[in-house]
Amino acid sequence: MHPVILLIAQRIALGLLLLLASSALIFAGTQILPGDVAQAILGQSATPEALENLRRDLGLNDPALTRYFNWLFGAIQGDLGTALTNGKDIAESMGYRLKNTLFLAACAAIVSVPLAIFLGLLAVRYHGRWPDKAISGVTLASISVPEFLIGYIVVYFIAVKLGMFSPLAMVNDSMSFWDKLNAVALPVLVLTLVVLAHMMRMTRAAILNVMQSAYIETAELKGLSSFKIIYRHAFPNAIAPIVNVVMLNLAYLVVGVVVIEVVFVYPGMGQYLVDHVSKRDVPVVQACGLIFAAVYIGMNMIADIVSILANPRLRHPK
Amino acid sequence: MKNIPISALIGLFFTGLYFLTALLAPWIAPYGMGEIVGDVWEPSSSEYLLGTDSIGRDLLSRMIYGGRTTIFIATAATILSFVTGSVLGFLAAVVGGWIDQVLSRFVDLMMSIPTLIFALVVLSVTPVTIPMLILVMGLLDATRVYRLARAVAVDINVMDYVEAAKLRGEGRGWIIFREILPNALSPLVAELGLRFIFMVLFLSTLSFLGLGVQPPEADWGGIVKENKEGIVYGIPAAIVPAVAIATLAISVNLVADWVLNRTTSLKGGRGG
Amino acid sequence: MVNLLSVKDLKIGATVYPPGEKPHDIEIVKGVSFDLEPGMVLGLIGESGAGKSTIGLSAMAYGRGGVKITGGEVWLNDRDILKGGVRGLRALRGAEVTYVAQSAAAAFNPAKKLMEQIVEATLEHGRASRSEAEARAVELFRKLGLPNPETFGERYPHQVSGGQLQRAMTALALCPQPDLVIFDEPTTALDVTTQIDVLSAIKEAIRDTGVAALYITHDLAVVAQVSDHIMVLRHGEMVEYGTTDHIINTPQEEYTQALVSVRSIEHEEKAPAGDPLLKVDGVTARYRGTNFDVLKNINVELYQGQTLALVGESGSGKSTMARAITGLLEPTQGSIHFAGRTLSHYLANRSKEDLRELQMIYQMADVAMNPRQTVGTIIGRPLEFYFGLTGAEKRKRIIELLDEIELGEGFMDRYPAELSGGQKQRVCIARALAAKPKLIICDEVTSALDPLVADGILKLLLNLQKIENVAYLFITHDIATVRAIADSIAVMYQGNVVRYGQKSQVLSPPFDDYTDLLLSSVPEMELGWLERVVSSRKMVSAGN
Repeated sequence: MHPVILLIAQRIALGLLLLLASSALIFAGTQILPGDVAQAILGQSATPEALENLRRDLGLNDPALTRYFNWLFGAIQGDLGTALTNGKDIAESMGYRLKNTLFLAACAAIVSVPLAIFLGLLAVRYHGRWPDKAISGVTLASISVPEFLIGYIVVYFIAVKLGMFSPLAMVNDSMSFWDKLNAVALPVLVLTLVVLAHMMRMTRAAILNVMQSAYIETAELKGLSSFKIIYRHAFPNAIAPIVNVVMLNLAYLVVGVVVIEVVFVYPGMGQYLVDHVSKRDVPVVQACGLIFAAVYIGMNMIADIVSILANPRLRHPK
Repeated sequence: MKNIPISALIGLFFTGLYFLTALLAPWIAPYGMGEIVGDVWEPSSSEYLLGTDSIGRDLLSRMIYGGRTTIFIATAATILSFVTGSVLGFLAAVVGGWIDQVLSRFVDLMMSIPTLIFALVVLSVTPVTIPMLILVMGLLDATRVYRLARAVAVDINVMDYVEAAKLRGEGRGWIIFREILPNALSPLVAELGLRFIFMVLFLSTLSFLGLGVQPPEADWGGIVKENKEGIVYGIPAAIVPAVAIATLAISVNLVADWVLNRTTSLKGGRGG
Repeated sequence: MVNLLSVKDLKIGATVYPPGEKPHDIEIVKGVSFDLEPGMVLGLIGESGAGKSTIGLSAMAYGRGGVKITGGEVWLNDRDILKGGVRGLRALRGAEVTYVAQSAAAAFNPAKKLMEQIVEATLEHGRASRSEAEARAVELFRKLGLPNPETFGERYPHQVSGGQLQRAMTALALCPQPDLVIFDEPTTALDVTTQIDVLSAIKEAIRDTGVAALYITHDLAVVAQVSDHIMVLRHGEMVEYGTTDHIINTPQEEYTQALVSVRSIEHEEKAPAGDPLLKVDGVTARYRGTNFDVLKNINVELYQGQTLALVGESGSGKSTMARAITGLLEPTQGSIHFAGRTLSHYLANRSKEDLRELQMIYQMADVAMNPRQTVGTIIGRPLEFYFGLTGAEKRKRIIELLDEIELGEGFMDRYPAELSGGQKQRVCIARALAAKPKLIICDEVTSALDPLVADGILKLLLNLQKIENVAYLFITHDIATVRAIADSIAVMYQGNVVRYGQKSQVLSPPFDDYTDLLLSSVPEMELGWLERVVSSRKMVSAGN
């Protein structure tokens, strides 16, 4: 078998293993209290009957390992259990919200990825001059500001002061695609601002690293124009690190969505998770945690697979 | 110490200012933390420098007390994360073997779940108190410190001068404290700044989501949450704490950058 | 005859950023002039920092990093290329002038096939059609002795060896049929037996194509084989210029004379006496997790106050041997006897006395010293650790040691970063001596140093051996160093000792094949040496 296929198979196996282990970790995370989860959920004033009912609902009378495997096998078959607060099926409530979240994240990715790569290239082209310095400054500022703050600044200036777009991003299934886009305009803008700086800075570093290689000097000494040097010699080597940067930032974006959804009251996974954390609805929290972890692990896995595919040493073994 | 660049001086000044304000909060704040002194969302005036909040408390006083809470929790969590992360990281690097394997694989696993998500999972069953916040934030973040400390120590551990010390017969204590630590200190100190910023942002985010510091106490993130409705009516009370968070973070960042640059220039050295 | 290249009063500067100081400009090249006729080869020689690469690249008006040409003129084919502008330079680079880098492994783009990269400049400047260019490349591959010349270009850079890559780089430079090629230390990174092949391939290619060349190197013996004229440089200034014969045989300047006579230390070998201090008995070793032996049944002995040189090329196992003796790698078979005791295979089980009596000096002195400790601390620690010296007593001994390594008390409070390469290595020697060892393992201790500095270190080591009666296990790839310092020699090849004995005996015929190859590959400072060796090898292979 070609060594690349073997490496990719290994990486996928590792991803699955990580997902399995992280499901155990998420499950364990809700069991770490020394006392009784039911007590923690209902508070000190709960009646013994209510506690007993909840224990039975949660299956707390079974040993932890049994509960974990029951939960895991359910999750594998698409059964994420029922919510404690309203008794609805979690998978069903989540499907619609997951779709909304992915829609929001995809819109943000479509805007931010090309923009970040373009600006990263710009920073390299003007390395050490003012566009580069301006980009570094913006990066410093944006990693120092929490996501929700960027959200409110945008709302304050664009929605309130300028009166453009709605400060609340309400979407539902009856809206047309265009209306949906209009509704998510501000959250997409904020998410773009959140990931842009990171992505730009990492793209810049990746390209600079390639541009400082000896083979770029060789190309210069062949008398090639800057465009040809970048296009023929830098680009083929920079593609893997850039895809890596993009994937890592998309993974980050999926998490950033949680906060932004709360800011804009957007009916997605993040809002759903945060609501149920305060209601201490453990099954929903576990289910959301598992989905977020799966997306995150998946993105990281794709990033690694692209690196493997782009490595000439692995593609053309000796 | 004489060649401190201007950016680092600005950073040091503001960082110092925020910490001093936090320490001296009860003496500086014009009003009490929960004291209702005026109307809802009064604009800034000579009486209320930053105006009043959603139920008529002096925003400046709340900002000063809130900053105290934010800085205290972030500092405590940073110390916890640093002590745990760097001790285990150094241990893993120097001892190696199965201890390293177990710790490193566990950290890989922890880092495969986004920090915020995992914190939310844990906070859904634990009581949200300040010690619990410090514990959860500190331990989750310790994984990042572990990675860095281990990487730095592994790099140094393979240097010929460490090998020379081992061949001389030096004990583990000498190797860690006299050979590795002095060379690992600068990158770790710079990282300390970055971790502190991360803690401030993390705590603010949790409080903003209603899962951090609980009312009637408030940190900066909590103050944003209390006043977020005002935004829609064009009242900037929620922006004020946000600006405080950003300026603190930027100041600490400037200092950390400077520490890191000093490190790299030391490595370069003369005759190198 | 009209000059191809004419450099007039060339001045080159750079901006440096020393820590804790304001950035300032320094002059790297201080007014150098020379001419080069078509088809001639000029060797530029000097130690590191002499500005030789910088001068070479100025023929393409190229400054590496922050380096700028600040004054003078560079005339190529009757025009001043410094006034040609960006377009003029582009038209010239890769067409009239081409470049061969020191590390071909880094200079080739890892993502592209060799052929594509080799014909790129030729096509870019319209100097041939693709089919012509490829045919020309194949012809060059053949001339340069590359395997399967027809298909060699289809490979990726990582699929061929270092020596082959260096030849491919030469093909890249010659393919556009330039007027001038700049060779920048093209054989420095290669093993000595590979170097001779690449060197003779380069020389033949230069002769056959009639191209002119600037050949940059720090090794006078190498440049003597390929160039017509030599220019000796030091600190950015010309020291001496002349024909190769003149520079090698009748150098006028003191500095040139020193370069020519370097490595001519005479050392009379001592005969084995008494019991061996170190006896390596049937040692076999492999790295953890691998399944082949890097050391195969090694037997050598070393006597008190003497030097055993372990010679071999990269991968021969000579450094692994040092690791086995010091206890860093446990042998799978055999035993090591030292000063009448049998050493434990495990470092942790060795006594403090074992550790004290067996010291080590490393190749890279930079990383062998803790950058956060002063010279005094570095030398003082073994005194404290092994002998419990403190205070004034320790200080006195440190000063004695500093005097022994010819540095003096003034160095006590300096940090390693404040020392030159040679000074750093001296401090490492003092640290080893501080333990009053019976044996010091020297692992390529002079390889990273300029020839004159290395010479100083070797003289110091010989001198110290006389005073302290210490034995050296001297690991090196350099035969000249071996001649200068060894009493006995073990030649290593692929984990075996292929030849072992007293120096006089190992270095005189009859030789085994490998030792013969190794010894005859070492460049000698003598005109025509390369031709002589190559033709004698051809005769041998014809005779077979």
